[in-house]
Amino acid sequence: MKNTLFKKIVAREEFERDSVPGDRLKGSKGFLGMYAGEHAAGTEFVIGPLFVAHGVSAGDLFIGLLLGNLLAVLSWGLITAPIAVKKRFTLYYQLERIAGKGVVNWYNLVNALMFCFLAGSMIAVSATAVGIPFNLEMPTLTDWMPRTSGWVITVLLMGAIITLVAIQGYSQVSKFANIMSPWMILIFAAAGIVGLAQLGVGSFDSLIATANEVIWTGVPMTGMTKFTIWHIIFFAWFCNMAMHIGMSDLTILRFAKSWKYGFLTFAGVYLGHFLAWLASGILYAVFLQANAASQEFAPGAIAYQTLGLAGAVCVVVAGWTTANPTIYRAGLALQGIFPKVPSWKITAIVGGITSLAACFPALVMRLLDFVALYGLLLMPMGAVIFADFYFSKKFGFQDEQALNSHTNFSMPAFLSWILTLAFCLFLNFSYGVDIFFLGLPGWFVAVAIFVVLSRIQYPIKKQLIA
Amino acid sequence: MKILTKIVSFAGLALTIVPSIMFYLGSVELDSAKVYMGVGMFMWFVSAPFWVNSKA
Repeated sequence: MKNTLFKKIVAREEFERDSVPGDRLKGSKGFLGMYAGEHAAGTEFVIGPLFVAHGVSAGDLFIGLLLGNLLAVLSWGLITAPIAVKKRFTLYYQLERIAGKGVVNWYNLVNALMFCFLAGSMIAVSATAVGIPFNLEMPTLTDWMPRTSGWVITVLLMGAIITLVAIQGYSQVSKFANIMSPWMILIFAAAGIVGLAQLGVGSFDSLIATANEVIWTGVPMTGMTKFTIWHIIFFAWFCNMAMHIGMSDLTILRFAKSWKYGFLTFAGVYLGHFLAWLASGILYAVFLQANAASQEFAPGAIAYQTLGLAGAVCVVVAGWTTANPTIYRAGLALQGIFPKVPSWKITAIVGGITSLAACFPALVMRLLDFVALYGLLLMPMGAVIFADFYFSKKFGFQDEQALNSHTNFSMPAFLSWILTLAFCLFLNFSYGVDIFFLGLPGWFVAVAIFVVLSRIQYPIKKQLIA
Repeated sequence: MKILTKIVSFAGLALTIVPSIMFYLGSVELDSAKVYMGVGMFMWFVSAPFWVNSKA
């Protein structure tokens, strides 16, 4: 009984190692709804306020988000989707065909760790709402370590509950997230409207004045670096770098009837990464007005102050519905490496790591850096898939080299990954290039390294002679 | 029955967003708006699960 249940729970993606057949493709409506819901998540309650704390100006934020999100949509539409509909494989299988199982195992390990930390930050966000009735001392912007034992206990308890749910059923949580999505989007909208009213906005002129002088003042808070329009553009573009140019969304878009469905991501990014970020920034500004010079950074308390119970519940639900599938995905990534370990044990271990990570508020306070790092670490493998797809014939090297050369470890793919990250690290340490800006040069470097090394190790001529 | 739950759901969504607009327009106090939004949340939570994920 239990085995059957667990088998059902860990049922993997359909067509895990096959191309999706034509009769299983899905229409545009489903993609539109899915993307609209997916990007209004717990992270949005943190990112908007962090922009305020980093002292971005109103004009920079507005224009930066418009442009950055547009670039993200174009990346999905022009880079990810065409490959997804042509190959119709999951990211993992596509990567395995190019890089080999050995490289994919390392990729899965990094992916799983990143998922753990992301889920951990969401548990911490939820805890800021759950702790309100217990008068829990909330973390501040500069906190890296937990402040009180109460915080640790709250986070660990929440982590335990979320892990138990992740072990018992992903599909139920997924359904729950679908249910919550329209309500959460409206809560974000309500937050913006109530917040503007509380800040005394009554006309278009006062909106502009309040945005510039009260909300996004252009002055960073104590201990925070200053953000410019470039930070906003690149963050909005690359916060989902792992999904678009990192190619994670091959797994989703392979079900699309047309490559043009990649552009439907606009529904998600302009709701979640525009409306929700603006709204949560407004919420934070209201909080700062009422608590002048406060360093406290607690999305739950901030939402509760402006929206009451609905706001606090929204923070818990948003954090939970983000953390839970993330823990589950981390478990799946690890199970790719340890296929013989039962999935519930892996999910339990992942949940334990996640819960421990959640104790450290640094994950929330440095969420922007973490999100950028997460994308950066996984991006080179997306560049490898891109280069394999577009350049193998043009530059005369074997496509899907691991599959066609019967190897489990493609050195060009592995070195593209490692050397690209080393290059990014070098730019960061030697020239002080901010992490948000490393993805763009890194992508070109990854493509170039892969093409050159593949041309050396897997030239088509050599394969034909062999 | 499904129509009824849908009506409750959409009324819940309306109670989530409309009070914020009314507060903006000065027609309602913030505390009242918070209560309405809480009620709207409850209505959505108890009704939406009956139809949101169903295919029909």
